Amino acid sequence: MCLAVPGRVLRIEERDGTKMADVDFGGVIKEVCLEYLPDLEVGEYAIVHVGFALQRLDEESARRTLELFAGLGILQEEFGDPWEAAVAMGRTAGGAETGVEEVRR
Amino acid sequence: MSDTIERPPAEQPDLTAWTCPLPLRDQTRVVMGHGGGGVMSAELVDHVFAPAFGGPLLAGLGDSAVLELGGARLAFSTDSFVVRPLFFPGGSIADLAVNGTVNDLAMSGARAAYLSCGFILEEGLELSVLGRLAEALGAAARAAGVEVATGDTKVVEAGHGDGLYINTAGIGLLPPGVDLRPQRVVPGDVVIVSGAIGLHGVAIMSVREGLEFGACVESDCAPLGGLVEAMLAVTTDLHVLRDPTRGGLAAALNEIAGAAGVGVVVQERRVPVPAPVAGACAMLGLDPFYVANEGKLVAFVPREHAEAVLAAMRAHPLGAEAAVIGEAVEAHPGMVVARTGLGGTRVVDLPLGEQLPRIC
Amino acid sequence: MKYIEEFQDPELAQRLLDDIRATVTRPWALMEVCGGQTHTIIRHGIDQLLPDEVELIHGPGCPVCVTPLEVIDKALEIASRPEVVFCSFGDMLRVPGTDRDLFRVRAEGGDVRVVYSPLDALRLAQQNPDREVVFFGIGFETTAPPNAMTVYQARKSGIRNFSMLVSHVRVPPAIEAIMRSPDCRVQGFLAAGHVCSVMGVGEYPELAEKHRVPIVVTGFEPLDILEGVRRAVRQLEAGTHTVENAYPRAVRPEGNPAAQAMLADVFEVTDRSWRGIGVIPDSGWRLSGRYREFDAEQRFAVGGIQTREPAACRAGEVLQGLLKPHECEAFGTICTPRTPLGATMVSSEGACAAYYLYRRLELPQARVNAAAAGEASPVV
Repeated sequence: MCLAVPGRVLRIEERDGTKMADVDFGGVIKEVCLEYLPDLEVGEYAIVHVGFALQRLDEESARRTLELFAGLGILQEEFGDPWEAAVAMGRTAGGAETGVEEVRR
Repeated sequence: MSDTIERPPAEQPDLTAWTCPLPLRDQTRVVMGHGGGGVMSAELVDHVFAPAFGGPLLAGLGDSAVLELGGARLAFSTDSFVVRPLFFPGGSIADLAVNGTVNDLAMSGARAAYLSCGFILEEGLELSVLGRLAEALGAAARAAGVEVATGDTKVVEAGHGDGLYINTAGIGLLPPGVDLRPQRVVPGDVVIVSGAIGLHGVAIMSVREGLEFGACVESDCAPLGGLVEAMLAVTTDLHVLRDPTRGGLAAALNEIAGAAGVGVVVQERRVPVPAPVAGACAMLGLDPFYVANEGKLVAFVPREHAEAVLAAMRAHPLGAEAAVIGEAVEAHPGMVVARTGLGGTRVVDLPLGEQLPRIC
Repeated sequence: MKYIEEFQDPELAQRLLDDIRATVTRPWALMEVCGGQTHTIIRHGIDQLLPDEVELIHGPGCPVCVTPLEVIDKALEIASRPEVVFCSFGDMLRVPGTDRDLFRVRAEGGDVRVVYSPLDALRLAQQNPDREVVFFGIGFETTAPPNAMTVYQARKSGIRNFSMLVSHVRVPPAIEAIMRSPDCRVQGFLAAGHVCSVMGVGEYPELAEKHRVPIVVTGFEPLDILEGVRRAVRQLEAGTHTVENAYPRAVRPEGNPAAQAMLADVFEVTDRSWRGIGVIPDSGWRLSGRYREFDAEQRFAVGGIQTREPAACRAGEVLQGLLKPHECEAFGTICTPRTPLGATMVSSEGACAAYYLYRRLELPQARVNAAAAGEASPVV
């Protein structure tokens, strides 16, 4: 379900009383409805599905997630034992600094 | 509020009764998929046209036929153009009408010499539009080095055509020693694509009703005769060429694999896909392998010539981004398999009909 | 494309795979709920790269696949009317109803159009005031807000010649139904990231606790899937069952409140039949009272159409993870993408079609031969 792709907002304007934006998907520009993300700004990225921006893409979070992935092997190399490395990762993975938040009720 | 409609359970297709040639399974009418260049198009040819026409030449089912006439070897091809809209970024239906047929001839190794050109005009078409298209057609023919030698014009009532349709047929001389057929492909052959894929299909989609998007993409529509000549100058021993038009790279590779009885392995990451094509495909849920091209070719070349042929292609303006993308293999004959960037594999199937944007 | 390519990086994928291999000690069965995730897994061959211990069960999260036959038949009926312009997302056109599909309706003269967005359909209604424009409103929580906004705007602008055939479905009740099934083998879920972009994660802790399953909110690129698997496996090995967000770049815990408010206004929760599975309580949305006048089912009086599903199709078992597509007798023989018995063979992210398209290489040769013979194309 739900083919939604990240695109970058180029221009925002009201069209027929609806907040619309031109969004750039790697060189392809498509008109997108911003009614669900009214405070989105030019230059920001959003997750777009069937012509609607549904959620802001958090660039900082994306960067941290990639850093986490890049750190996986390196930690393993340092710790030697892969299982211990995984456990060690687990101890640090709860916080926002690794880009993966744990959600508990 | 309404009547309850009781429906019987769906009847299952009986494949035990399915032998060749029979009427098309489960279709009583032509649907758009029959023109998509995929499985359904192949079925029309296999089950309607080939049995009715007979003839050994058609059995080759290439984009062009190779004929012997008065001691000369000729390539002969025809194609009809029904593209909508008539003008699109990077070209028009007139450019396609010339280059489509010129390229079909080029894929057999022939340089197109003469074209015929049939116009089917819809009542009400503006003469200025027809004028622009005629100019474009003439310019495209000059660029391709081919002469429009004969033509025809018919008009249909308003509402019976999309403005205009064009049919072209072309004829060209085959150089001696050139024999390009999928049957010549052997395991070990190197697969080369002449440049970035998907540009034409994305350019067309960008102006199609209901999908419109802005794109810095132009159709790659171009005549390939010169590029093919440059390749044949390296060696006449190329095995097969195809222009991956409808159905894209996937259809071209499947046709060759099927006709040659070899498997094909493609390294997915080596296939040049421009950013806007990747972007449009991501947005619409399409696979660039299935998107149409109008100025690219894919070549199966004996391994010993691959390097020299690639160099010759890159020296030609229409092959500057040529790349080796895979090889023919003994395993899984008839099947095209992609090695994914992550190291997995997937089957690249013949497209069924037209590719549909998906939401999920 | 930025934020797509980085998440397909082979080297980082290898690091994630190494980590999964190092963590896993025994077999685990995970379900990726969403068809988009199934598509990524099969298209990139991720299932082949995972250690044997990790089994991925392809869940029911393809809206095209689970839209019930009866609704398809209603769509076909409406689309056949001469006054109607019937608009749909592309992948619905090939889904077979009882005796035909939308392509066939178009070939028979119906005005059936593919649109990218529901707003395109609304625009068509404005441009063609003498036609009835109907939009086929299918999808999960991700697609529901765009469709809701479209109906809202139709009402606000007084566009009377627009209506929607609504068959929306909701994910959490489906997870609940799967976990309740006595044969359920699923030990952990990769939840659908874009559904959570809209709805947040508030519905999941209760499910995780009640059924003692880890639920990892997961994205759609290869690295996202691997990270979802990695987190689920780590939880299973450690014996925990919490909700984790492995897709924080696109999912906030609270989701998108504006979209949720619109959904609550335009739709109301209803029982919904899922193709191949049956009725799941509270698993769907229909137009709420204020918007009932835009309900195509009422406008075209097709509410009475009732249809039975073909018995040979075992899509229900496939969607519940009880059967792998190629284990079905019909797979590749009487059921192919060309002659689909059920919707899982139709949509490119239906589990059966995905297996057929991308996995025939590994399937028993007899099946491949049979399938190829049925295709009338030179596949063997």
